[in-house]
Amino acid sequence: MAFFEVHNLSRSFGGLKAVSNVSFTVTKNTVKSIIGPNGAGKTTLFNLISGFLPPDEGSVTLETRQLEDLSPDKIAGHGVSRTFQNLKLFHGMTALENVMIGRHTHSRSGFLSGMLSLPWTWVEEKAIVKDSLEVMDFFGIAHLADSEATSLAYGQQRVVELARAMACKPDLLLLDEPAAGLNMKETAEMGKLICKIRDKGVTVLLVEHDMSLVMNISDEILVLSYGEKIAEDSPLAIQQDKEVIRVYLGEDDA
Amino acid sequence: MKRLRHLHIVYMALLIVGIQVVTSATDTAYFLTQLTMSAYYSLIIIGLSLVMGYAGQISIGHAGFFAIGGYLSAFLTTYNLLPYQETGIVAFLSNAGLLVFSQDIYGTDLLTVHPWCAFISAIILTTSIAYVIGRPVLKLKGHYLAMATLGFGIIIFRIVLGSSYFGEADGLSDVPGFPLIGGVEISGNMSARIVNYYIAWGLVIIGMVLLLNLVKSRVGRALRSIHGSEDAAKAMGVDAAKYKLHTFVLSAVFAAVAGVMLTHYNGGIGPSEASVMKSVRYVAIVAIGGMANLWGALIMGSVLNFLSLRGYFGSMDDAVFGSILIIIMLFAPQGILRKGILKDLRNKLTGNPEVKQS
Ligand SMILES: Nc1ncnc2c1ncn2[C@@H]1O[C@H](COP(=O)(O)OP(=O)(O)O)[C@@H](O)[C@H]1O
Ligand SMILES: [Mg+2]
Repeated sequence: MAFFEVHNLSRSFGGLKAVSNVSFTVTKNTVKSIIGPNGAGKTTLFNLISGFLPPDEGSVTLETRQLEDLSPDKIAGHGVSRTFQNLKLFHGMTALENVMIGRHTHSRSGFLSGMLSLPWTWVEEKAIVKDSLEVMDFFGIAHLADSEATSLAYGQQRVVELARAMACKPDLLLLDEPAAGLNMKETAEMGKLICKIRDKGVTVLLVEHDMSLVMNISDEILVLSYGEKIAEDSPLAIQQDKEVIRVYLGEDDA
Repeated sequence: MKRLRHLHIVYMALLIVGIQVVTSATDTAYFLTQLTMSAYYSLIIIGLSLVMGYAGQISIGHAGFFAIGGYLSAFLTTYNLLPYQETGIVAFLSNAGLLVFSQDIYGTDLLTVHPWCAFISAIILTTSIAYVIGRPVLKLKGHYLAMATLGFGIIIFRIVLGSSYFGEADGLSDVPGFPLIGGVEISGNMSARIVNYYIAWGLVIIGMVLLLNLVKSRVGRALRSIHGSEDAAKAMGVDAAKYKLHTFVLSAVFAAVAGVMLTHYNGGIGPSEASVMKSVRYVAIVAIGGMANLWGALIMGSVLNFLSLRGYFGSMDDAVFGSILIIIMLFAPQGILRKGILKDLRNKLTGNPEVKQS
């Protein structure tokens, strides 16, 4: 039984088949990349997996749990965390507070205990701060803790979002173009961070346009084109796949 | 942070005592009546501030929740059950000690629901209604949410205005006092004016402490995250719909508690308490206080309601609050009582485009 399995997943918008009959599995503790031209359906696939869109058909299974009918917050609670292609940080909150939200599923103070400020909630709150700072330290951004997240440099914001997603202590992490908008040095840094995440035992599903990054850190690559899976193999084999080359040569920006 | 929060509460308590001492010393204790009433109104305001400022929702129907609390309590504590004394449910309630015998001013015997029992019924009813309407309504956004809550407010207004049980245009009167411990009661009794002032503001302090705690808690952070980016909040496991709904219900309960208590204090309630203009007034006060600012809402809530109750706005009363709302929305949508307001205003007036619309 695969650690993570997507089976026959489909989703259309009107007549457009954004994701069409896509199936694949991901082995625990590996990095699998999904590549494909703009509009291939990569983000839609992530939205289907993370519950932001209901699939027309198909199933999504993490270990033994069916995810396809669950809401995003429930899916997060079952150990699937994600970042967004267009950064979605919480404005008006510090970087630390952003990361602290990542601890939400691992804490439980509710309306009543919060209003009454029961002593156990102070203990919990302290633990949330400590865990969040640890994650920020892991990504080398602990010094940014008190800055307002959305006022940070773009590259730093990407890392804060990554830290927030990791604060959930996910089993599966979905990264939607984490290097988009980063310069070469920052992209290389991002690659290192993703490897560090994998080394922590997290399984990573990565959508990325930067081919050198993808080829360097992926264990396996899946290629999407017009919503369909056209190839799935090791990075080396993908680089030589005729169909993939054809799809990419037809594109200006790969 | 925590110390600061509690320090403000201490200042507030000192101010409350100070005002009472000054009014007593200067023979202006009659101010206490309106100050007591504005305390109850402030309870609605701080609850609504949570909904608007922290959960990022709007409700133009909170006068409806106030009215549900006030009217239900007024009805239950004045409706004479004596003729039904022998019938099943009334007999049962009577045996359970939930009813009280009394006499009205004409010496007629009355059998009515005990105020505490009426209070609990009012809270249960408000909670249920808030859940039932909140669930579908909070899925709406922006104007649609505003319209839906407005519609709810209008329905409640029509019900209390049109039902003979609720006294139609006259409302309900002769509502008894609300007994607390040790013979103290919430009532408009002149001799209990000072005590009632402290009871009302004591309730506001309790309300503030609860909400300030909440805002600083895990739930408060989750609410702010929903405000910051709802998608990201969901992706982090925050059940946005549930949090919005609970916040809405909580604020409805605050409004209902205010409605019950103010009705017992005033000895009655009239349909104007359920009117749309009342709801608009509450929204305007939260807006001017600075959306995500409980203290701002409290200060504006007590000051503006006090001025209004003293009649300083004269026949322009509703117009004043309507204008406040318009001006705030035009020039300072984030409210007045907050940091950075002067800079924003200057930018607005000089047409500087770098105004932060977050
Ligand atoms: N919410 C939506 N409504 C309608 N069409 C959509 C929606 N989301 C994506 N699409 C369409 O689905 C296709 C796949 O988009 P997307 O998944 O964003 O591609 P990618 O991430 O691979 O660039 C595109 O043609 C896009 O226009
Ligand atoms: Mg995309």
